[in-house]
Amino acid sequence: MDFLLEDSFPRPLVALAGNPNTGKSTIFNALTGMKQHTGNWPGKTVSLARGTFYHKNVRFNIVDLPGTYSLLANSLEEQVARNFILFNRPDVMLVVTDATCLERNLNLVLQIMEITDRIIVCVNLIDEATKKGIYVDSDVLSEELGVPVVATAARRGIGLYELKEMILKVYSGEIKPSPRKVNYGEELEKAIGELVPRLEKTFSDGINPRWLALNIISGDYSIEDIKKLIKVRDKNRGGNAYGYSYFSTVPRNRELR
Amino acid sequence: MEKHVITLDKLPIGKTGRVAALLSKGLFRRRLLDLGFVPGTPITAYFTSFTGDPTAYRIRGTVIALRKEDASKILVIPE
Amino acid sequence: MDTRIFQRSQETGNSDDISHVTTDVKDLIVEKIYEKAESISRKAVRYEGFRESLDKKIDLLLTSKVTGILFMLLLLGVIFWLTLVGANYPSRILAKILFGIQGFLESFLVSIGAPEWVNGFLITGMYKTMAWVVSVMLPPMAIFFPLFTFLEDLGYLPRVAFNLDYFFKRSGTHGKQALTMSMGFGCNAAGVVSCRIIDSPRERIIAILTNNFVPCNGRFPTLMLLASLFIGGLAPDLGWLLAPIAVSGLVVFGVFTTLVVSKLLASTLLKGLPSSFILELPPYRPPHIGGIIIRSIYERTLFVLGRAVAVAAPAGGIIWLLANIKLGNQSLLAQAAAFLDPLGRLVGLDGYILMAFIAGLPANEIVLPILLMGYLAQGSMISPDNFAGLKDLLISNGWTILTAINTMLFSLLHFPCATTLWTIRCETGKARWAIFAAVLTTTVALLVCFIIASLYRLVVWAIL
Repeated sequence: MDFLLEDSFPRPLVALAGNPNTGKSTIFNALTGMKQHTGNWPGKTVSLARGTFYHKNVRFNIVDLPGTYSLLANSLEEQVARNFILFNRPDVMLVVTDATCLERNLNLVLQIMEITDRIIVCVNLIDEATKKGIYVDSDVLSEELGVPVVATAARRGIGLYELKEMILKVYSGEIKPSPRKVNYGEELEKAIGELVPRLEKTFSDGINPRWLALNIISGDYSIEDIKKLIKVRDKNRGGNAYGYSYFSTVPRNRELR
Repeated sequence: MEKHVITLDKLPIGKTGRVAALLSKGLFRRRLLDLGFVPGTPITAYFTSFTGDPTAYRIRGTVIALRKEDASKILVIPE
Repeated sequence: MDTRIFQRSQETGNSDDISHVTTDVKDLIVEKIYEKAESISRKAVRYEGFRESLDKKIDLLLTSKVTGILFMLLLLGVIFWLTLVGANYPSRILAKILFGIQGFLESFLVSIGAPEWVNGFLITGMYKTMAWVVSVMLPPMAIFFPLFTFLEDLGYLPRVAFNLDYFFKRSGTHGKQALTMSMGFGCNAAGVVSCRIIDSPRERIIAILTNNFVPCNGRFPTLMLLASLFIGGLAPDLGWLLAPIAVSGLVVFGVFTTLVVSKLLASTLLKGLPSSFILELPPYRPPHIGGIIIRSIYERTLFVLGRAVAVAAPAGGIIWLLANIKLGNQSLLAQAAAFLDPLGRLVGLDGYILMAFIAGLPANEIVLPILLMGYLAQGSMISPDNFAGLKDLLISNGWTILTAINTMLFSLLHFPCATTLWTIRCETGKARWAIFAAVLTTTVALLVCFIIASLYRLVVWAIL
């Protein structure tokens, strides 16, 4: 039933995240050549679409995560997206943003930057933004975020080659993103600073201790919850850690229509 | 100069205010925060549905529709 | 396993007794993130001659008091009109071709000396039903789906939800139900799956149970055909106008029923406070015409058609057998119809119509061909390119305008097809919701038909 548990995610793994309606699925289709349906309404993609693409003889596996505004796990979609990034640890994390309302999209970018470093920000819909008189300076954005930024107009195929180049570079380590994290203020940063070394000891294998600290402080998780999650993850090592038969029992074709 | 605080549903169409506080708790509060309803954010009452409810608001470059009772849980300072 | 943990953590996040400190920290974190997002975008984004987009003007037009609802109804009407008128000619051509092949196949079977029952089962049963489904269904789908996909890609659907939300609020349900309803136009199974976008389980189940009141693509051809034969036939000169209006009216009635039944469910079985409703109205996007055509034909039209054909062929064969195996001096089909006849008559239908709907459980598309096969004594079927002949056949079997209207209403309101029922089971995790959906919708269908039939009879009685 649960096809996600049956097979592992082959590497290199690229994950695609982004707000709803940013053209995320269009990018996915453009990269993989698949015809996934992309209706223009919120909450459209609720399953994980998967595909592959080649760039310079490297075969990338790509997963299209549900469109979300945030990763604070307010909804099932957010849980799926968040857990995927947290536990499957994609080799390259591609965050698609909408150039016409970048500010709100950065919310998600900054949240993902708390979990993983290997981020590329894709500023999509630059053609539409230009029409509205909005211009995004990729260099400044890249500088401010500390991660590579690629501008695209996916529906017209603009910037896709550059995007693939960047994916390859980040994967190969030629470019090392170093996200400039949010400063939560003295008090909170102090609390995080105290927690991180302790968490590093307990969770030596990978889950970002700063992210954990942040979630424990904000009351989203107890240490016990995290331990349980990791147990689940380890049981499905190489697979995933969600246990959402909810999403995966329905074949993707059903979803498309 | 002291400006009075009103609930968002009382913000007249076409007028802009700044988010002052969220009165709701739980999931709805988090959703609003995710969408950028944080104190100080400018918000404009854009237009209402032909039934007069819900109302579409423009916030941080996007258009978000809220029902009257939900909007009444958001405090704004009109500009 | 971990879902439970999430639920728990979500519940703590939801509960009102959460300590203020926790809420404050969370708010602080989000505020800091937004502060940073703001400062970054201030540096990286430049606004040059930024103008209030066209979107707002369009939105004002599409959602305002006068034009909003008018536009919605007009759009519905235009889509049906285009589909009805546009489908006519290709339908006839397809029918000519497919039924031409039939003659060829028949003479082939005769030439190899196949017994008559083989000919009957394969050709009259399987092939004819399949040919009917293809010629009647393919053209309207090939027109309707691209149009619908166009609206979907354009971003109009959230505006529909925006416009209709007030009514859903009054029914105690979620505004996003309008979106799941729109999905139902394509296929109710897909509509049921799309109910996942509603977070509150109570409101999601209401949306799932009532999705069937939106006619899916399997039922549209039936509605359109009957509307153009009987409603359009009322005034031959205005037929082109009356039929789309009748179909639009049916859809509006379906939405009305959705609201009433939702209200009933929300105030009895699925009681609770409506959850909050946040809907983003995304900017309008000029759709990619080529992509729409490829996608809607390839993914939707051929998918639905393939399923219909796969069901139609065996069902046609079985119905032919039932129509030709005699028990006593009546065929099995006739006996079943006779059994259902009293109930059918009571609600303004007849036994054959009810039987066709029951036999059409696997897929709504085959209801009409099965009905026609039932009416024709030897289980043979006339070709759908002969619309006048079709109407004569129905009238000679006792059809009146009441029968036509009630058949359309029953088609609109009756139990969901097997695929949809299975999907309801999967999505709710419980078979009883699927059973409940079937019982609920069928009860509504019978009730509405009974009321219409009684009113009709009353009027007829009063006039005579």
